[in-house]
Amino acid sequence: MPDTQALVNDFLNKLKKRKIEGSQATAKQTAELLRSVISQTRMPYTNQAAALIHSVKAVGERLIAANPVELAVGNVVRRVLHIVREEDLSLTTAAMAGLNLSAESDDEDDTDRDNHPALSAAAIAAASRSTLRPPSLQTLLEDVPDSAAVPHTSSSGGDSEGKSKSADKSSRSRKLKHDVIEAVNELIQDISTCHELIAEQAVEHIHQNEVILTLGSSRTVLEFLCAAKEKKRSFRVFVAEGAPRYQGHLLAKELVTRGLQTTLITDSAVFAMISRVNMVIVGAHAVMANGGVIAPVGLNMVALAAQKHAVPFVVLAGSHKLCPLYPHHPEVLLNELRSPSELLDFGEFSDCLDFGSGIGAPLLHVVNPTFDYVPPKLVSLFITDTGGHNPSYMYRLIADYYSADDLVLERRTTSGN
Amino acid sequence: MDARRMSRAVPRVRQVGFFTPNTPVQQPRPQSAAPSSESPPLSDSPASNSLSPVMIPPPRHLSDNLGGRTAAVPVPGRENSGELPTVGSYNPSESVLWLDSPPRSRIGDEELSEGAESSLGWYRRSNSAKFASSLPSGGFNLSTVKHPESVAAVEAKNPLPGKSEAQKEQASSSKPLKAKTTKAERRALQESQRAAKAASKAEANKSGTAGGAPSSKPMKQPPLKKDGPPVASSIAASERIGVDRSVEKERKKDLPPPRKQFDDESRGGRAKRRSVLNQPEARNRVELFRHLPPHKNGTQLPYLQSKFFELQEKHPAVYKVGLQYLAGDLSGGNARCIAMLQAFQEAIRDYSTPPEKTLTRDLTSKIGGFVSFLIECRPLSMSMGNAIRFLKSRIARLPLTLSESEAKTTLCSDIERFINEKIVLADKVILRHAATKIRDGDVLLTYGSSCVVEMILLYAHELGKQFRVVVVDSHPMLEGQKLLRRLVVKGLSCIYTQLNAISYVMHEVTRVFLGASSIFSNGTVYSMVGTASVAMVAHAFRVPVLVCCEAYKFHERVQLDSICFNELGDPDAISKVPGRVDVNFLDNLTDKQKENLELLNLKYDATPSDYISVIVTDYGMIPPTSVPVIVREYRKEYLLI
Repeated sequence: MPDTQALVNDFLNKLKKRKIEGSQATAKQTAELLRSVISQTRMPYTNQAAALIHSVKAVGERLIAANPVELAVGNVVRRVLHIVREEDLSLTTAAMAGLNLSAESDDEDDTDRDNHPALSAAAIAAASRSTLRPPSLQTLLEDVPDSAAVPHTSSSGGDSEGKSKSADKSSRSRKLKHDVIEAVNELIQDISTCHELIAEQAVEHIHQNEVILTLGSSRTVLEFLCAAKEKKRSFRVFVAEGAPRYQGHLLAKELVTRGLQTTLITDSAVFAMISRVNMVIVGAHAVMANGGVIAPVGLNMVALAAQKHAVPFVVLAGSHKLCPLYPHHPEVLLNELRSPSELLDFGEFSDCLDFGSGIGAPLLHVVNPTFDYVPPKLVSLFITDTGGHNPSYMYRLIADYYSADDLVLERRTTSGN
Repeated sequence: MDARRMSRAVPRVRQVGFFTPNTPVQQPRPQSAAPSSESPPLSDSPASNSLSPVMIPPPRHLSDNLGGRTAAVPVPGRENSGELPTVGSYNPSESVLWLDSPPRSRIGDEELSEGAESSLGWYRRSNSAKFASSLPSGGFNLSTVKHPESVAAVEAKNPLPGKSEAQKEQASSSKPLKAKTTKAERRALQESQRAAKAASKAEANKSGTAGGAPSSKPMKQPPLKKDGPPVASSIAASERIGVDRSVEKERKKDLPPPRKQFDDESRGGRAKRRSVLNQPEARNRVELFRHLPPHKNGTQLPYLQSKFFELQEKHPAVYKVGLQYLAGDLSGGNARCIAMLQAFQEAIRDYSTPPEKTLTRDLTSKIGGFVSFLIECRPLSMSMGNAIRFLKSRIARLPLTLSESEAKTTLCSDIERFINEKIVLADKVILRHAATKIRDGDVLLTYGSSCVVEMILLYAHELGKQFRVVVVDSHPMLEGQKLLRRLVVKGLSCIYTQLNAISYVMHEVTRVFLGASSIFSNGTVYSMVGTASVAMVAHAFRVPVLVCCEAYKFHERVQLDSICFNELGDPDAISKVPGRVDVNFLDNLTDKQKENLELLNLKYDATPSDYISVIVTDYGMIPPTSVPVIVREYRKEYLLI
């Protein structure tokens, strides 16, 4: 327990100091941290799922508070919670099925199911959910008052089979933890391989002699373009440099190293060049449930220009970037201001930054936001590791990954406390 | 029919006058009218057949004439004819020069006519009885100042020797047989002349002082001849206005001539040979922009400085301005234009008409030489093109009765007036107009550093209006920082940000003020790169966009995208960010990496007119749709001041 605490604190520090770059790294590290939290959690006799959920939430809440803008953290926390619920549900269903069918069905069936921890569990969960709790508006409404619906069912399931022996129970508890950790491992695997899954689809979208524009640097975009290049497609890439971080330079360098014809342009030339571009491919910071994108700064401008010239605007996003929240005023609330030193040399403007003279209010403000919000109407297509999707479909895709109970993490815990 | 035949015969006749005596004989003459007039090939032929030009051929025969004359130019013929002993020494190179660039017929006319003036043979012919009768002033002397209109009239009727050498036109002329036979000869002649020209070129380049008038020719002619670069062409247009040619020409004048395209191999090569500066190698140039002149960076500065004494006929003031353009010390449409005009002013003050030349023509070509030099330093802006056009038209319209010093003072005061009325006062009027659109509590956004917008902001601040300014900037120019500094020092409350963050700041902005380099007559605003993005985002956020631009920057061209015409900046400026040592990703590239990497540094972009709410000019606040109206009315005005 203490060493998890240390791990958590370390990670919190990193998040607060913005030491972790990129949502993929963040997501992966969050998942790894939660895995160790789960493995360290002492399991009670009853209501184990609730205990797991509680401990994950407690940590997750702090992580989210440490960097509320890094939505990947919240996404992973919700994903883990969802995994716990699903695994618990599948175990319960299995137990109930075993109970109901104990007369005719043999134990092998049960063990068979248990041998496929993650995938079959999910499948069973989906199946059982349709029988037990159809994902309807009704369940959403029902779930809000009794917050721990899943634990209840599990406990009631446990109560209902009160006659079952304690040994069976202990094996089940171990099984739950084991299954959850297995599933989290799978999640980590998913996060680290999402690039390949997305890149695999590149050939379906990039044709010969295509002209592609991108802004800033994104590993997903790099892999995507290189995958198409490896398939012997020859095309041209315009890279906008993405001031003030100029990550575009980095991407351009990577691309030329891999032998792609690359033209580095200034951000200001995007509008001039977009009329000669066939497709805009960009990475995202996060994808909101309404299909809006939190993206590196400058992309809203690019998306508007693309719309003006009817150029497809394609967003690549791994599933860990899909956020179940709906954005409200995201330009400000889901944004972060970076240091002005990236824009202005303090030494040069030191005389203008003098606060002592004059009215007292500083005359000069420097605004250096990190993110842009691209509304869903400007996005033509999302390419995730599960394929291409319309912006209007994102809410449904996202519903598969998260359970409705976890959408509002913070408020629930505060009210609970 | 008869008349047409006569007129058609004209070219052949003229050809005889300038041709080697034996060539006309070789040509089979199917037409009846021709042989009679053509028979005396040697001495008096021009006089005798000047009868036909008086008959005023219908305009389309002009081309026939031109075609015919092409062949007539050849130098050896001239010398052989014995008519032109005095000019024989330098004419060859000139005529060769004209001959060499076939497609420039329209613009070529200018210096051709001037060259023709200096060629004695032409005058001699014009002095002949028939011809003189058609002229009001009765023949020309080199020393006397001629009235341009009369010259034009003569030229229209009796096209100049060696004027245009449109081979194609000739081929399509009504007598294919004749054309066929002469073609081979012409080609041979052309080739020899080309060689001669190259030789003379080299000579001229080596020593700028190849003696008197001819020395100036090689330097002077290039810009006028290449029919591409916008300014040179607009000058040509203005000259044409001044000289007032035939109706056909008049019609052509309205249409802006095509710009020079640098991807054209043949012409590009010629431009290269002619240019003062070294052209940077074409490596890593962006494919889409091969038609634009490559950026010449400041590294050529020492080279140009060292050539100062070779470029003799460049006035020091012009030279200085050119260097400033090249080094990038002078930027901003108005500043560049004023500097150029003032340099011209000085040059005109120091100017004295060389003997055997007329002020109108010599000065025009002189200015043309300056302009071509400036173009080499940096492509001119539309506004400068307009200013040059104005100046040339003023020169062309100088009354003939003026003495040289009077003419010079008139021109200087004209330039002064242009600067005052079109730039200084225009800005003041714009200030007044724009200030009415600023209210207390406004948040005004501006992009880059436009001097008009800066004046507006300061003026509104002086008026006591309470507002904040958002200064948006973009790499690699970062001009906004300078503007920001000037505004903050004056006590304006400012927000500074980069172009990428425009969507973030646009929420609270209430007005967008933009400057412009030029406004095309389809309402497209041609301005510093990034302006289009700003206007687009403002449009998306329903924020009004005010473009502040003096009316002298309006241009009758139309443009839809930012690619067909633009200016390239220094590509290496992209890879470095001033004050950011951490941005050094592109520092150590291998050759193979460099091969695939192109850096594009565009200078301008075209903002579609639908993003513009209003254009604030010295004529008031107008919608973008009214630009062509202003262009039409305004052009009339400044040409007829």
